[in-house]
Amino acid sequence: MVDTTSHTFTGPHGPKPRKAFSRRNIFLYGTLLVVTLYYALPLYIMIVTSLKGMPEIRMGNIFAPPLEVTFEPWVKAWSQACTGLTCDGLSTGFWNSVRITIPSVILSIIIASVNGYALANWKFKGANVFFTILIFGAFIPYQVMLYPIVIMLREIGLYGSLTGLVIVHTVFGMPILTLLFRNYFSSLPEELFKAARVDGAGFWGIYFRIMVPMSLPIFTVAMILQVTGIWNDFLFGVVYTGPESYPMTVSLNNIVNSSQGVKEYNVNMAATILTGLVPLTIYFVSGKLFVRGIAAGAVKG
Amino acid sequence: MTNSVEIKNLDLQFGAIKVLQDLNLEIGKGEFLVLLGSSGCGKSTLLNCIAGLLDVSGGQIHINGTNVTWAEPSERGIGMVFQSYALYPQMTVEGNLSFGLKNAKLPKSQIESRIKRAAEVLQIEPLLKRKPAALSGGQRQRVAIGRALVRDVDVFLFDEPLSNLDAKLRADLRVEIKRLHHSLQNTMIYVTHDQIEAMTLADRIAIMRGGQIMQLGSPDEIYGRPVNKYVADFIGSPSMNFLEGKINEGAFHVGDLVIPLERYAFAGGGPVNGDTTIGIRPEHVVTGELVGNAPFQVDVEISLIEPTGSDTLVDCKVAGKHFRVRMDGQSRVSVGEKLRIGINPAMASLFDLKSELRL
Ligand SMILES: Nc1ncnc2c1ncn2[C@@H]1O[C@H](COP(=O)(O)OP(=O)(O)OP(=O)(O)O)[C@@H](O)[C@H]1O
Ligand SMILES: [Mg+2]
Repeated sequence: MVDTTSHTFTGPHGPKPRKAFSRRNIFLYGTLLVVTLYYALPLYIMIVTSLKGMPEIRMGNIFAPPLEVTFEPWVKAWSQACTGLTCDGLSTGFWNSVRITIPSVILSIIIASVNGYALANWKFKGANVFFTILIFGAFIPYQVMLYPIVIMLREIGLYGSLTGLVIVHTVFGMPILTLLFRNYFSSLPEELFKAARVDGAGFWGIYFRIMVPMSLPIFTVAMILQVTGIWNDFLFGVVYTGPESYPMTVSLNNIVNSSQGVKEYNVNMAATILTGLVPLTIYFVSGKLFVRGIAAGAVKG
Repeated sequence: MTNSVEIKNLDLQFGAIKVLQDLNLEIGKGEFLVLLGSSGCGKSTLLNCIAGLLDVSGGQIHINGTNVTWAEPSERGIGMVFQSYALYPQMTVEGNLSFGLKNAKLPKSQIESRIKRAAEVLQIEPLLKRKPAALSGGQRQRVAIGRALVRDVDVFLFDEPLSNLDAKLRADLRVEIKRLHHSLQNTMIYVTHDQIEAMTLADRIAIMRGGQIMQLGSPDEIYGRPVNKYVADFIGSPSMNFLEGKINEGAFHVGDLVIPLERYAFAGGGPVNGDTTIGIRPEHVVTGELVGNAPFQVDVEISLIEPTGSDTLVDCKVAGKHFRVRMDGQSRVSVGEKLRIGINPAMASLFDLKSELRL
């Protein structure tokens, strides 16, 4: 048996004590603090400025909290600020953006997920060629295609309309989304797919009843990518739509960059926050799923 | 008796790699066939071809007399059980069992009665409302078997169904599969790495190597009369002892030892002369009082002992080559001791040295 007299159980026991203010901790938390400030400070300035009246802003001191809180700038940004010729604030742009984003996101995710599923599971003839072309598409700079698409949309009579822009967003989302879905679906066990085939499920049966229910994380990732990407888009919005259907980002630009009158910093700040609110909300609501999905898709290619 | 599954000249290649080559196989109704072979020899590929999950490159597959070479998996009358269980994670056990039946558009009452029967047979009734994540490995595999069972098919395909389970559970489920086969009497094709599984379950075993079937026969035949050295080496644990020598005047000569071959049943009828390998299973070597009856006897020195509980494996040298002997677990022997061993050539196997085929 063990010789218990050779040593006694003295000395260190239990968890190892750690110093709260070791050099390592100070460095670590110090860095984190600086980075946090770097990101949080502009947001803070925007919020406080948007809540001040113009006289107070003119006094300088952008860091001071508002002496007198006013929501006037927010109301003005939403419904009265002048965007070019009309003066009805961001509201029109907001609703345009909603009408652009929702169909684009839904359409692109549906098409890309079916693409990815077909590429991952049904190794059809020419699948690899198709996939290579698609990935290649992801690397072509947008600028190259701007004008050709203008012509194409004009030819089919959709230039300047919301529908045209929806199509453009859907197409441009395709390479990256298909890649995302393909990789996720190939990371799912192949035997599940085989079992479902033996069980008599067809292409759509397997997609809807087996694949989609297992893929909530990747659908969330795709949704976040698309909502933020399309909502924040400025270039396509300017190029492919007309003044009456400009998305919110373009309206924002027109408010902030309007050359007449005085610069209303508070209104500009409020308008900017309003425009960023949608992506921000999406991140907060689905952040956890987003991280999980990114990790899941990354495991296998 | 009609055949349940017939495979004719089956070829399968992935790109330039030929995985299955001109494979022929006939499986009788109600037969339990085990496909056995080392990793990468094409067992799963063959099973997937039978299931219709892989498109063949050449040849035909018939199930119950119908040519199903181009048929969809669900139209072939097969059920399949996978190594990783492959249960649909988002469905309950009941949902898993009913999925195939719903796809086949069976009436609700029939679905329910089939699930009930399968659940009884496999003793998974209390689990029906659970999700697969809430089941143990053994329970999951039971459900996976149930999924094949409810479909009421003639042919069951198993791809290493027990290799993810621990040893005890594996033994339990093995017995259960055997019992299931007895009561259902349907055809089963079963892929495994595990010799014990193969020997205990199979009516016939097909030993595969490099996409071809080396030997097809009953477990006894495979064990007792392996057709070549590969099969002889592959089957049996611990594996067969091989000694290289010459046959001359009806006896096997290795070094200065002469093993008489009067009682050996040569495949060609009479003895052949020439360079030969003799294969002797460790369990066919006798020791102790039995040595006296053996036609060939030799004294060896023990160099290593491996006790396994039920048996004791003894390493020694015969004609300068490593040689293993299986003795009773009760045997009291020690390293360095002299031991007299006896060999009965009737139990041995002789292979041509070059072609490695059985003589
Ligand atoms: N999709 C594929 N593409 C290319 N080669 C493949 C593919 N699937 C299998 N192979 C090759 O075919 C051969 C046979 O594979 P298979 O899976 O049938 O082996 P196995 O006998 O089932 O092995 P194991 O016992 O390890 O499961 C292997 O050499 C494998 O590398
Ligand atoms: Mg395999």
